Amino acid sequence: MITRREFLQASMAASAILGGSGFGNWSKLAAQQALTQDQLLQFDDFGNVTLIHVTDIHAQLKPIWFREPEWNIGVGEAKGKPPHVVGRAFQDMFGIAPGSPEAYALTHEDFEALGRAYGRMGGMDRVATVVKAIRAARPDALLLDGGDTWHGSMTSFLTKGQDMVNVMNLLGVDAMTSHWEWTFGTERVTEIVESLPFPFLGANIFDAEWDEPAFEPYSIFEKAGTRIAVIGQAFPYMPIANPKWMFPEYSFGIREERMQQMVDEVRGEGVDLVVCLSHNGFDVDRKMVSRVSGIDVILTGHTHDAVPEPVVIGDTILIASGSNGKFVSRVDLDVRDGRMMGFRHKLIPVFSDVIAPDPEMAALIDAERAPYRDQLEEVIGTTESLLYRRGNFQGTWDDLICDAVRSERDAQIAMSPGVRWGTTLMPGDPITREDIHNVTSMTYGQCYRTEMTGEMLKTILEDVADNLFNPDPYYQQGGDMVRVGGLGFAIDVSKPIGARISGLHLTDTGEGIDAAKSYTVAGWASVNEGTEGPQIWDVVEAHVRKLGTVRLAPNTSVDVSGT
Amino acid sequence: MKLSRRDALWVGFGSLAALVPSLALARTTDEMIAEFSGGSAVGEGGITLTAPEIAENGNTVPVSVEAPGAVAIMLLAAGNPEPAVATFTFGPAAGRQMAATRIRLASTQDVIALAKMADGSIVRAQATVKVTIGGCGG
Repeated sequence: MITRREFLQASMAASAILGGSGFGNWSKLAAQQALTQDQLLQFDDFGNVTLIHVTDIHAQLKPIWFREPEWNIGVGEAKGKPPHVVGRAFQDMFGIAPGSPEAYALTHEDFEALGRAYGRMGGMDRVATVVKAIRAARPDALLLDGGDTWHGSMTSFLTKGQDMVNVMNLLGVDAMTSHWEWTFGTERVTEIVESLPFPFLGANIFDAEWDEPAFEPYSIFEKAGTRIAVIGQAFPYMPIANPKWMFPEYSFGIREERMQQMVDEVRGEGVDLVVCLSHNGFDVDRKMVSRVSGIDVILTGHTHDAVPEPVVIGDTILIASGSNGKFVSRVDLDVRDGRMMGFRHKLIPVFSDVIAPDPEMAALIDAERAPYRDQLEEVIGTTESLLYRRGNFQGTWDDLICDAVRSERDAQIAMSPGVRWGTTLMPGDPITREDIHNVTSMTYGQCYRTEMTGEMLKTILEDVADNLFNPDPYYQQGGDMVRVGGLGFAIDVSKPIGARISGLHLTDTGEGIDAAKSYTVAGWASVNEGTEGPQIWDVVEAHVRKLGTVRLAPNTSVDVSGT
Repeated sequence: MKLSRRDALWVGFGSLAALVPSLALARTTDEMIAEFSGGSAVGEGGITLTAPEIAENGNTVPVSVEAPGAVAIMLLAAGNPEPAVATFTFGPAAGRQMAATRIRLASTQDVIALAKMADGSIVRAQATVKVTIGGCGG
């Protein structure tokens, strides 16, 4: 007798041979420069249930450049496993030809050259075309949004997320979960949630005072004759990684036992399929589904990983759909007799020059942008360097931001958060105000200036490094390493907390950092209430205006080992 | 006296024997475990300790422990200057041998729970709670 697990694996192998997962066939077609919308959307319908997953859009309404990470180090059991494989190794692992469209979409190699060949990705009007095409084939498809939707652009900041709410409502979302949404504060979140035509799920969002569930944990949908439970899991470390004073009423956490209870509860109600819509991050989800039984599909988010095939963990498939609207995942499932019997999956890359914009969505996006258009599109400067952020360590955008912070705030050292959002600019691109907001937008963007001792600097670097490189995923918060300017250090990622960071020095002089001495430090995105200073985007704008043209020298201030 | 809901929970679950003796009398974690177990071997299983992996606020960390059939449960914060948190005793009328409280953790450390069963056997559970200065939420 074939076990369920064998069936799943057999099903995946078969789909790969047939090109059902999308990437095998597409590669050959693309090599012939024959990318068409039909090929990108091509999918042989399978089974009876379809899930559509988008996540971590970060309010990117328009097509963007987004360079995937050059550094994505895995530690502990995750070492060498997706998504901790980058560049050429990633291409080899998934059989992707160098120079192909999927090499461009999924890795950092030759980003500039391939970007010029294949163009920008994403755009919610293109995403709408993809979603409509899937729904035309499968009218009962469920569209699930993994969160980090309302935050990340100048228009989302100015409208307090309303532009994205309007766009996602038109897209026809069936349920969502959350992370940066909360940085608009409890009052605004509550106001939006009351207006949403779909549930805002979070099994792990609790009342902080009574430690009792505060939001709908799950929703049960009846689609195509099956009952599908979607359990939401919000970002577990909200009050630690983001300012808790903005949502003091709520407590989060992984709450694995709560997730098991919810799975048992919906199974007890006799659902046919259990889907977890998660903002835990890839490694946390991989661990959670190895310890919580009964989840058929986990749609993961937060860590911005795009993985071209489902990762099978026990009886669960894990789907990672990237970020910024670059990808839409379609997952077809054969659900019978209360069991998932097989799946077919495609990570659909949203090439904005290939997929036609949906006219209705394009009109809405234009209308959302119209009141702010002049502000958004004002050109502040030009870049001769590729500007990107994503990666475990400093990107070039971070170098520019740290330069701006040090220069405008007259500080020896700059610190900039290792968030995973922030879009890319190509050499030769103008830098508009909107581009600056795409890498800085937030509701706590004040650029502070303070003094810190050498000891404090080391403590901060060790603490953030442990949030990233702790071998137990449950102790990882899913951000990248803090970015620094004026400061150099060595990091051995294999060491425990307190022993990873060494060789701290001022890059201007090479002088070693003295634990007892004080240094002037400026930075932004402090989680402390009452932080004072100009907004970071104004600081960067002032700096770029003075430079006119941005040219960045290679940054060698961080020395990484132990990978 | 106004009885708050949290107080009511305390009353409901068992009686609270000891809470934070003075520092002068502080005993080490090992001493307290030895005293509680009376020298018997400490086993595992039959006790569930629930604590956050990373504390949202190190000054008030929610911790709960349940050990069906226990007559007493001791809770320790191994990295605090005074490791003793509380010892709960359960009489025959207790419907459930469970306690929940909030504790202050000075730094990242192990929270340890020991339960004494009716037959005198001892079981132990522990969880590492990280107290962090906060990171960057990707």
